Amino acid sequence: MTQHTTEPPTSALDLAEEFLDRTTPLSRIRNVLHRYPAISPAIVLVLAVIVFGLLNDRFLNPANLSLITQQVAVVGTLAVAQTLIILTAGIDLSVGAVMVLISMVIAQTTVQMGLPAVLGLFLGLVVGLAAGAFNGFLVTRLKLPPFIVTLGTLSIFVALTLLYSGGATVRGGEMPELLTAMGATFNIGGVNFTVGVLMMLLLYVVVALILQKTAWGRHVYAVGDDPESARLAGISVNRVLLSVYLAAGAILALGAWIQIGRTNAASPNAGAELNLDSITAVVIGGTSLFGGRGTVWGTLLGALIVGVFRNGLSLAGLDVLWQTFAVGVLIIVAVAVDQWIRKVRK
Amino acid sequence: MTIATDAAGQTPAAGSAETRTPILRARRLVKTFGRVVGLDGVSLELFPGEVLAVIGDNGAGKSTLIKCLTGAEIPDEGEIFLDGRPVHFKRPQDARAAGIETVYQNLAVSPALDVASNLFLGREERKKGILGSVFRVVDQKGMRQKARDELTALGISTLQDVTVPVENLSGGQRQAVAVARAAAFGSKVVVLDEPTAALGVRESNQVLELIRNLRERGIPVILISHNMPHVFDVADRIHVQRLGKRAATIRPETHTMTDAVAIMTGAARE
Repeated sequence: MTQHTTEPPTSALDLAEEFLDRTTPLSRIRNVLHRYPAISPAIVLVLAVIVFGLLNDRFLNPANLSLITQQVAVVGTLAVAQTLIILTAGIDLSVGAVMVLISMVIAQTTVQMGLPAVLGLFLGLVVGLAAGAFNGFLVTRLKLPPFIVTLGTLSIFVALTLLYSGGATVRGGEMPELLTAMGATFNIGGVNFTVGVLMMLLLYVVVALILQKTAWGRHVYAVGDDPESARLAGISVNRVLLSVYLAAGAILALGAWIQIGRTNAASPNAGAELNLDSITAVVIGGTSLFGGRGTVWGTLLGALIVGVFRNGLSLAGLDVLWQTFAVGVLIIVAVAVDQWIRKVRK
Repeated sequence: MTIATDAAGQTPAAGSAETRTPILRARRLVKTFGRVVGLDGVSLELFPGEVLAVIGDNGAGKSTLIKCLTGAEIPDEGEIFLDGRPVHFKRPQDARAAGIETVYQNLAVSPALDVASNLFLGREERKKGILGSVFRVVDQKGMRQKARDELTALGISTLQDVTVPVENLSGGQRQAVAVARAAAFGSKVVVLDEPTAALGVRESNQVLELIRNLRERGIPVILISHNMPHVFDVADRIHVQRLGKRAATIRPETHTMTDAVAIMTGAARE
């Protein structure tokens, strides 16, 4: 069935190039994964849902699925902030600590000081921006590695939270209604969603659009990809980095609000695990720790994968420690896959 | 007058050059680093529509000279004129704003971003209307079209898919992207720092072709290179730098590569 085309091959070199381009199926898969880094977590999530659904009937129950989304809402929100920072080749170990500090500020200013709820939320936003500015200042001006900066500010924010709150939890019942509004539920097609989950999804849409459609978004990627190239292209690297830490701080304020709604309380001892869980979601979601590569949609998938694994293993009757074990395996596999994908044909 | 002796003594067979006005002119640049003298009173003229090569041994002051012209270093003494007007660049951005575009040796492209995004990196165009002005949405479609037009105009036919991430391109194609970016924005001067250093024979030839295309479009080029055959292939004039000074400015028609090397190493004087 071979048809001879009228145009002969132009030169031996072109033929050779064509031959070299004929890649193996495996490297072709790798090229696709490289171009669309959210594909691999999407596959993992679908497989996990199918497997856990087969293992236990209750897994695909609407009430259970609703529970998973609620369990994911807070870490999913924090993971957006974490994604922005990791895209710039940074890392933030303090996101959970900052979020808890913000939640205590919101709760204390409204309950103890009697300020209006809106003002309390605004002060929470201010604290988030201040924490982001502090991290960003240390990273951009003192040129300290983000890992070290946020390792230090992690302790600082944890201490500040306990000092400020006196270690006392504020119950949701004492707060104005607006503060716990993120915990309110509504029903779509038999599945209950909380306002917090909706807000998280909205945040993903907004941040994804900003990263894709604005010059700032491109600059975030360029700075994470190669800061020197970005600088030579006329981008102010420090300004982009600082704006990323500020944006992260604002997102953490939203996370604090969702957290208060989810737990119906503001507790200074909550959220310690969120610092690392947010990184887990980002990494499983296919965003490279070396910066410049990844999407927030991948992060959402990563957060859902962790939620699905924890929930599914728990329904399968496994010890909670095995959930932790499984998440550990997921992280290592995700990073290994990322390394493999990055070895694209040169 | 210093300029006259400069030109008369060091631009042989360039009788017409003296009557033309240089688009870029450096006069007696001095730059010291502590006790090391990088530039010791160097002058340089770049005329419209020409390719000027800058050659010299390591440490001769090539890079320092180029850095002074492109704003990466500030000269201690001397003057730089662009279009006859004195300019004082404090940062590379200043030089770019004035119309001097530099393609650095390390290419300065962002590997994960696609070709069009790289061409417009740092000067993205926004959509018209409220989407652009309020929501600051970039005009992806328009930028891609302009990127395609620009690459076609430069004769880079192998690079029509501007949505490919730059890391998937060959070394020559990446260089082409970097050059296209330098030439794309109404620049007055394009400076290329060792553009063929990391490339194979075939890709080097593509880049040399690209330089000729730039000249045809009337964009003057300063080419820094170690590669004598490449220099003699495309350059109209060759500025030879030696020990922080301009040893000579020669022409490929009147001098051989051996002459150039001799001047470069101090074995011969022009």
